[in-house]
Formats: sequence, structure tokens, C-alpha cells
Amino acid sequence: MGFLFEQDNFALFRDGFLQTIELSALSALLALLLGTLLAAFRVSPVPVLRAFGTAWVTLFRNTPLTLLFFAVTFGLPPLGVHFSHLVFAVLALGGYTASFVCEVIRSGINTVPLGQAEAARSLGMTFGQTLTLVVLPQAARTVLAPMSSVFIALPRNSAIAGAFSVGELYSAQQTFSERGYSIFAIFFWVACAYLLISATVATFFRFLESRLAVVR
Amino acid sequence: MSILNRPASAGVLYDAPGPKARARYRLFGVLSVLGILGLLWYVFAALDANGQFDPDLWDPFQYNFVQQMILDGLLATLKAFGLAAAFSLTLGALLAAGQLSDHKPVRWACTGIVQFFRAMPLLILIVALYYAFFAKQSMWALVIGLTLYNGAVQAEIIRSGVNAVPRGQGEAAYAIGMRKTQVMASILVPQAVRSMLPSMIGQLVVTLKDTSLGLIITYQELLFVGKKIASQPMNAAGFPYIPVVLVIGPIYIAMCLLLTALARWIEARGRRGANRRTSPAA
Repeated sequence: MGFLFEQDNFALFRDGFLQTIELSALSALLALLLGTLLAAFRVSPVPVLRAFGTAWVTLFRNTPLTLLFFAVTFGLPPLGVHFSHLVFAVLALGGYTASFVCEVIRSGINTVPLGQAEAARSLGMTFGQTLTLVVLPQAARTVLAPMSSVFIALPRNSAIAGAFSVGELYSAQQTFSERGYSIFAIFFWVACAYLLISATVATFFRFLESRLAVVR
Repeated sequence: MSILNRPASAGVLYDAPGPKARARYRLFGVLSVLGILGLLWYVFAALDANGQFDPDLWDPFQYNFVQQMILDGLLATLKAFGLAAAFSLTLGALLAAGQLSDHKPVRWACTGIVQFFRAMPLLILIVALYYAFFAKQSMWALVIGLTLYNGAVQAEIIRSGVNAVPRGQGEAAYAIGMRKTQVMASILVPQAVRSMLPSMIGQLVVTLKDTSLGLIITYQELLFVGKKIASQPMNAAGFPYIPVVLVIGPIYIAMCLLLTALARWIEARGRRGANRRTSPAA
């Protein structure tokens, strides 16, 4: 257990930890924005946009994340797209998670009582106004619980990025095992780091739930 | 249902369009078609300009041994998935039984195990198993890792399914003198299974997708085979990474869609006819 505090091991571990957090936060931001946009597409009055949203969700939800990372890391450079490995990982992870966020928001939109949208329409609001001013703010409360499981899964999924040249916790684990430390000790510390991250995300969502809760 | 039909749930978000709104929607429709076509054209042009449609690059898929490799990879994926699915459902049932136990130590132990494995990244788990126990048999590292993670998730699904059965059912069974085991086995679980089957199969789709993590521990599954094909340079044309993604991706998507269709079918079957729950009110 003590190996973490020998030589420069702690610095490596810390960098991996910070990189995991950076990658997760950037992907979460992308997933949230893209997912909300896709959800708006999926309930919009324009059939083409609905079809586009459905196609995106079907495509990304049914593709293994490993394959997405593979496609982005090895498929984009031959097309002349050159970003850092971190950006590639954010694109893959964000695009993948966006499809889950979209489904969560869409089901949340369906739970908002019909009268709300009807009242908004009878005031003469357009689709965009109904959605952004009336329906989405109310849907946000009901989607918090399913959204929390999506965003707890996100840092876990980010581990795969480590296998595609992003220097995060998984790559730290690889480096440690190459240096010959006991796999159990390494696993213990990496597990602690991930448990810490998912506990933080869970606490954050519980805080949001208590802040946003309304008596219905 | 065609995806072009308006979903009933969303109809309330906008009025039935009048002539002006219809014209506006048509305009948006045309603009977004143009946008999407432009996007597709851009992707196509980028692929074409970089020689990704060069026949040489697609050559490997004509060879019998490559086709055989893909088939073997597919079979290896399905084998790992089958084993992991069977084991994870068994483990899930056991852990759920433990979580619903009347004995506090058993309940705590099982809840602890479930929470731990649900919070661990699957990749870290599989790689740790691979280095610690299964350096020679990577399949078992993959299968056991998948089993532990998905078993924990299945346990949560089963537990919440059993808890969602109306309380009166269990109470009535106790009242006529059944034991805990009988209540569980003949009253609660049969009713719970119907409501939790869709999410259990949904988790099986996740299990199937996660078999692709075998790539990282060099298990010879579909994606690993794809990488192997892609890392053979094709004379002047370069590495066929994009053709491989375009071949392997649809295979995964088709498998997942088949499983999802199965879940839909079972869900629809549970809801129809005599199986339908009575008393929609309350």
C-alpha cells in the first residue's frame, strides 16, 4: 500500500487523477449541451430533425464505447483531423454520453403535466419558448435522478480513454504495474480514487435535488 | 412506428400548425435537410479526398481468411457475452436475495459488494483480474470482470423490481401462513420478473457492448480482430482503419438492436391480454 508515496509515484497518480477529472468534466459539458439539443430535436415539429435525433441516439447508444474511441483515435488522423488525445477522448465520450442524456431529458419532458405545455401554448408561446421557458425547467427536476446515474457512469467510462493514450488513472495503473508493484496495492488506490469521484458526483446531485425540490 | 410519424407524447408541445406555421416548418425542414446533407457530403468528401474509398484499402475483406477472422471474432464476442450474461444473471439473483435477506450481516455484505462493483470502472476491474489471475486466459478475465460489474447492476434491478411489487401482495402471502422463501419464490419474484425484464435485457445490451473491452486485454474478440486487420498496411493505400470501423460498427449495432427488439417484444407481450395488470387506477 505504501508504494504510492515512494519516488515520483504520487505525482504520477495525482496527474492521472486530475486528467480523469478534466476529461470527465469536459465530456460532461459536451454531453449535456449536445444531449439537450438532441432532445429538443427529438420533440421538435420538424420531422427531419426528429429523424436526425433518433438516428444519432440509435447509432451512439448501440455502439460500444471502445469502438468509438477506436474510430476517433485511429479514424480521424488519416482524414487530416489532428487534435490532442484528450480532445479525441472528449469527442468520443461526449458524443456517446450525449445520446444517454438525450433519452433521459426526453423522458423527463414526457413527465411534465400536459396542462403546462397547453397553458404555455394558449398564451401564444412558440415551440422554442414553450420548451425553454416552461417545459425544460420543470423536466430538469424530474430528470435529476436518472441524470445522476448517467453522470456517475461517465467518469467510470473515461477509464477507457486511458487505453487510447490519454494519461489518466488507467494509464497510471498501467505504469505502476510495469514498474512491478503489487497489482492489489495498485488496484486499491485506483479504486479509492474512482470511489471518491463517483461519491462526489452522487453528493453533488443529491445537493441539487434538495435545492431544486418543489412541493407539487 | 415510423420515425417520421409525430410521436404522440410530443404533440402537446406545439399547436396543430396553420398555413403559416406549416410553411415555416417546411422551411426549417428544407434547411435542416440541406444542413444534414451538407454534413454527410462533407464527411463523404473528406473520406474520398483522403483515399478512404481506394479499392486497395477495402481489399482485405475479400480474402477468405480475413472473413474467417471476423467470424471467429464474432463467435468469441458472443461466447464471452453468453458466459457473462448467464453468470451475471445468476450472481445478480444471488446478490439480490442477499440484499433482501432478513439477516443484517448478509444484507450489509451484499449491499457493500453491489455498491463497490457498481462504482468501479469495468476496465480497471478487468485489467486487474487479467494481471492478477488470468494472464494466460484473457477470456476469463473479461468474463469474470463483466460478471462482477453486471451482476451488481442486475442485483440492483432485481431488488428494486421485487420492492416495486405492491406491498399487499407480500402481506397477503404472509397472512395465509407462507414462509419468507415461499413468499419470495411464488408471489413476489414471478410478479417482479415481468416489470424488470426490459431493464434486465437493457443491461444485457450493455454487457454485449462491454465485451469490446477485450481489445485492451488482447482477447480475440470482434474489435481486437478488427484492430489486427487494420494494422496490416495495404500496400500504398495505408492502414484500413476506417474501412474496419465501417464494417465492425454495423455488426455491433445490429447485435444490440436485435437484443433491444427482444426487450421491446417481451415488454409488449407482458402488457397484452390476460397478462395485463388490473386496476389501472390507484
